[in-house]
Amino acid sequence: MALDRWIAMIVLLISLAYGYSAFFMMDEGLAPFMRRNPIWPSTFPKILCVLAVICSLMILLGFEKGSREPKASEIDYRRLTDYKLGQALGLLALMVAYALLLRPAGFLLSTMGFLMIGSYLLGERKYLIMIVVAAMAAGIVWYLVDQVLGIFLSPLPTFLSSGG
Amino acid sequence: MLEGILIGLGTAFSLTNLLMVIGGCLIGTFIGMLPGLGPMSIIAIMIPVAISIGDPSAALILLAGVYYGAIFGGSTSSILINAPGVASTVATSFDGYPLARQGKAGKALTVAAIASFSGGTIGAVLLMVFAPALATVALLFHSAEYFALMVVGLSAIAAFAGSGQVIKALLMTVLGLIMATVGEGALFNMPRFTMGIMDLQSGFGFITLAMAMFALPEALYLVLDPSRSKTDSGDGEIKDLRITREEARAITPVIGRQSIQGFLIGVLPGAGATIASFLGYAVERNIAKKEEQEQFGKGSVKGLAAPESANNAACTGSFVPLLTLGIPGSGTTAILLGALIALNVSPGPRLMIDQPEIFWAVIISMYLGNVILLILNLPLIPYIAKVLAVPRTFLIPFILFFTLMGAYIGQNNATELLILVGFGICATVLRFANYPLAPLLIGFILGSMLEDNFSRSMQLYDGIGFIMERPMTMGLLGLAVILVVLPSYRARRARLRAQGVADGD
Repeated sequence: MALDRWIAMIVLLISLAYGYSAFFMMDEGLAPFMRRNPIWPSTFPKILCVLAVICSLMILLGFEKGSREPKASEIDYRRLTDYKLGQALGLLALMVAYALLLRPAGFLLSTMGFLMIGSYLLGERKYLIMIVVAAMAAGIVWYLVDQVLGIFLSPLPTFLSSGG
Repeated sequence: MLEGILIGLGTAFSLTNLLMVIGGCLIGTFIGMLPGLGPMSIIAIMIPVAISIGDPSAALILLAGVYYGAIFGGSTSSILINAPGVASTVATSFDGYPLARQGKAGKALTVAAIASFSGGTIGAVLLMVFAPALATVALLFHSAEYFALMVVGLSAIAAFAGSGQVIKALLMTVLGLIMATVGEGALFNMPRFTMGIMDLQSGFGFITLAMAMFALPEALYLVLDPSRSKTDSGDGEIKDLRITREEARAITPVIGRQSIQGFLIGVLPGAGATIASFLGYAVERNIAKKEEQEQFGKGSVKGLAAPESANNAACTGSFVPLLTLGIPGSGTTAILLGALIALNVSPGPRLMIDQPEIFWAVIISMYLGNVILLILNLPLIPYIAKVLAVPRTFLIPFILFFTLMGAYIGQNNATELLILVGFGICATVLRFANYPLAPLLIGFILGSMLEDNFSRSMQLYDGIGFIMERPMTMGLLGLAVILVVLPSYRARRARLRAQGVADGD
């Protein structure tokens, strides 16, 4: 089964779960006076659920036949390992690490780390330029966000900053 | 109208807004030039910045500047290195790159700059005429018609998705609508589908979703396939920007025709700058003289001017439904709509009456933006093109960093970054399987408005009867059905005919 039909199946399952909660669970807590309303909180979701089930079933059962061959500019997922999959996964992992470390390690440190490791993963080996670029970027962005836009970003690791 | 123009002039010519136009155009041109980053990603990245400016006119002026700057920048990389930064400038490379190969890169850039300038300016004039007229009509609309109109918009976007894609686009639209129902809606004052998770109480973040749908998959594609971001071969001197009198005479009618045609295509929901540029190229090739037709694809100035004026006019045209109806016709305008809602502005027919300064300032700033782009593109382009030499090992970490930053600034919450990565992976997989992502985001942004209008009409007419009682609603919904069914029907007929089966008529 092709990837697009697998996705259609997953969407189908999601919409069935969504529909189950719209049709059978949401209306229970509804106040009696609301029940006289022609529109309930669950009305619109019910319609959406039906539409989603119809569409995903049509894809799953292959009603719509389109051009099968992938476009030249697109990536062919069947040969995913021919591409730089390792680099992509590495960068995704790096993004997760950044999300988890942003608060505890502080903005400056985690950002510099992110930019340098990111460049390293992509094959850059000019360490001096990496450090300079990353430090400048982290500093400028922190200044813009925290000082100019006024959105708080703790610059230093939690153990170094007093207020946190 | 004159009054409005004066208000607009006053607002647009304030120092802040002038800086916004210049800044937006510059940023747009720079980033649009980088292969692989489309206007949607750039605008998504710029939204947190725009929102924190706080002034809606300034924010919209900035984002609009980024938008047409990006289209402009995309044409530069199409011409110089045959690597279109954005889809709507692919047609530009057909004739622009051959010209550059013949050593006429300077000439090609000039033609592109003039064509874009004229397209954008003519588009802005048409916008000034069309938008108020449409807004007057739109004031007659009730919630039932709004509901129907949004359904038409969403179906048109799905219908334009291409053969074999209509149902996929529809499914993505519905999925976007479903995601919009998560969280506490204004209408019912109760949380829905939050599964008891506190972070979902306020629904999914629009900026996070926009980044995850566009910027992140594009960056991942650049990582996976390095040939997408080929930034070498961008060397070579760019000189001799002049064009001859004959060439100017040849491109003038092309620019005039394609500006109007591009604008009209841009107004339609679903069709955008990309379709306008391809169609403009095709039309001009078909109506050209025989000997000129031969030149198309080998470096014809006409073939370069056509898509360039069409895509810029279409960009401007796409603001018509956004500003007058509050309904975006493309992914880019959908993101702009999301930004406006975040700034407490609700675009629609009332915008012109309630906040004329926003409406007119945006239009006036478009003229300004086009002038600025012309100034930028002509003398500075050889220097700006140096940005094409930024190595991808630095570029990609920065793109990823800016998407992360955007999501973080939007919500000030590190969990949001994990949601971003999660959705980004989902979006990339969806893109692998050829599911269009723009409909999902448009559905998500229109979702709450669609439900609001639907609920209001249901309440007014005490049930679903409003569809029957309002002929205009009925007509629009009928149109939506036709839009969705027609492409499948025609594809089916074509397939049957290909198999040699008679199809009855």
